[in-house]
Amino acid sequence: MIKRILSSSYLGLLLVLLYAPILIIIIFSFTEAKVLGNWTGFSLKLYASIFQGGIHHSLSSALWNTLIIGLIAAFAATILGTMAAIGIHNLQPRSAQAIKMVNTIPILNPDIITAISLFLLFVSLGISQGYTTVILAHITFCTPYVVLSVLPRLRRMNTNLYEAALDLGATPFLAVRKVLIPELKPGMISGFILAFTLSIDDFVVTLFNIGNEGLETLSTYIYADARRGGLTPELRPLSAIIFMTVLILLLVINRRATKKKL
Amino acid sequence: MQQTTDIITVEHLSHSFGDKAVLQDINLSIKKGEFVTILGPSGCGKTTLMRLIGGFLKAKEGKITIARQEMTQVPPHLRPVNTVFQRYALFPHLNVFENIAFGLKLKKLPKEVIQKKVKKVLKIVTMMDYEKRDVDSLSGGQQQRVAIARAIVNEPEVLLLDEPLAALDLKMRKDMQMEIKAMHKKLGISFLYVTHDQEEALTLSDRIVVMSDGKIQQIGSPTEIYNEPANSFVADFIGESNILNGVMLEDELVECAGLQFECVDKGFESNEQVDVVIRPEDIYIFDMSDAAQFSGVVTSSIFKGVHYEMMVTTHEGYEFMIQDYHCFDVGKTVGLKVKPFDIHVMKKERLCNTFDGTIVDKSHVKFLDNVFECPESANFTANTEVKVSVAFDEVTLFDSEDEGELKGVIRLILYKGNHYHLTVVVEGTDHIFVDTNDIWDDGDRIGISIAPKCIHVEPA
Repeated sequence: MIKRILSSSYLGLLLVLLYAPILIIIIFSFTEAKVLGNWTGFSLKLYASIFQGGIHHSLSSALWNTLIIGLIAAFAATILGTMAAIGIHNLQPRSAQAIKMVNTIPILNPDIITAISLFLLFVSLGISQGYTTVILAHITFCTPYVVLSVLPRLRRMNTNLYEAALDLGATPFLAVRKVLIPELKPGMISGFILAFTLSIDDFVVTLFNIGNEGLETLSTYIYADARRGGLTPELRPLSAIIFMTVLILLLVINRRATKKKL
Repeated sequence: MQQTTDIITVEHLSHSFGDKAVLQDINLSIKKGEFVTILGPSGCGKTTLMRLIGGFLKAKEGKITIARQEMTQVPPHLRPVNTVFQRYALFPHLNVFENIAFGLKLKKLPKEVIQKKVKKVLKIVTMMDYEKRDVDSLSGGQQQRVAIARAIVNEPEVLLLDEPLAALDLKMRKDMQMEIKAMHKKLGISFLYVTHDQEEALTLSDRIVVMSDGKIQQIGSPTEIYNEPANSFVADFIGESNILNGVMLEDELVECAGLQFECVDKGFESNEQVDVVIRPEDIYIFDMSDAAQFSGVVTSSIFKGVHYEMMVTTHEGYEFMIQDYHCFDVGKTVGLKVKPFDIHVMKKERLCNTFDGTIVDKSHVKFLDNVFECPESANFTANTEVKVSVAFDEVTLFDSEDEGELKGVIRLILYKGNHYHLTVVVEGTDHIFVDTNDIWDDGDRIGISIAPKCIHVEPA
């Protein structure tokens, strides 16, 4: 009995420590004080000011940039990753194993290395830094995750499905569209969500490839803002909203994952 | 003129995966409305043959004609055949109706026509009320029916079925066999059916193609295949049989198992070595009496439901399998008799192992990619091509792959009454045939050695 109380309180303490920073942000998003840490009574004014345009112009454009980059990168990564997964699945087992390993290297590679190498690549190719480079960089580090979420789906699929579609008169293209894609859709959607959260979350790779033309994403904006001295108060409700959005997306992915196993 | 009734012809078809030949010079024709079964053990190339006809593999050599059109290199979606796959391969994201309508929708037929056609095939496969059901919610047998419906709704010239009943349990399989046979009659199209189950083949087919090792062993009606097997492989694979070495003494008289039997076969040379097949149900077994042609002692007796299956060792030292409704106890001496009509004599495919070889030097010859020592002879000159022959019982097998000069895998075991005749695949391609008294298992990996004095070299 005592053992159970001890073990569960230990777990509780751990979780509180883990989530304390985020909890503090969320709690102080419901007050008006300019300085973080001053509680001046419950208020939804900060939330209201985000949605009523009271927000700084640069913050709202950073938010939009983040969402647009995230959507484009996730969309492109989903297409590339799915095609790659289909290719890997149809290789000889030995080469498939090799390519799968190559695919996991970018995942394990430290962000800073990815960031610097992409920066050098874009510079040497003469691509001017800005929207394009950020999106290309995001596609690069998101694609391996999509491959990983589509491959298990392919492995579970009946190998004759594609041939059955051909047999019934579908051209190879139609067979992919009408049979393969619907079969892989759950994996592709999981991969898309994962890629999207990774993209809006990214700071290091973005910072290196964003250039100095004034383009800001949320993460680089907050970084710059914090360095200028003190966070804009509206960042608190914004952080809370982003945290909740990511949390919900993660719950969706997990739900899908457990459902697939049934 | 024969061409007009043949719906599929396969000519000189060969195929290989890497350097492993899986089909060798297959010739086959299927008539309109015929039910043809390709029968063979796993790995014999039967599925490869079907996949070539379906277009899922591109033939490397040979010609395939379907409905009088050359189709050897035509992709599957343009061939007038439809396939029922081994594990059904129904589209899980579509319901029963959508699965069956898949092919029709691709042809852009009007909705009402599709509705009508789907309804019609659902009636044929007795699945009328299942249109809206999810395919995952169906039982194996029901999924099988939907798979068949999905194929026949396109009105193919030929329906290809790749072991369609392999995943069903025995009772279900028997029911589905009857249904498939009835469907074949109703539809009037040709069925090409692939199976490893000889009973299924005998039940369903108009004609059976027996395959082994990428080659056709025999083509014939079920009764021909059963009663007149072309070689010992077919005799062993179709039903139970006693296969023995024999010598044809004269027309209608054969010697085997140390005895002389009257038979009905003729046209052999005198003293020609042959294989003799006697089906276990064709041997009469009774209490020892004057009517006995030969006699033996029962060594085992197993109840099999309809009959008892007994092993009897004759006084000449040969073992026979006998099936009879009556049980004879183990240890009992029994009389045996075989009627001349029930003895089937087959030409032997080979009398010893023969290989193409080349002389290396006076006492060495190279064959099967290996150099062997052989009896010395002065008139050998290096690099001449020769024929090498080795008797079946002069090949030595080892448990360990690393012993001996060659490595091999045992592929086929034939019991010949008092010894085993093994087919051993060497280095994936060549065959060595071995007579032995030792018991080996199918698939055993072994080492092979041939003593120098057993290697006979002749000029090519």
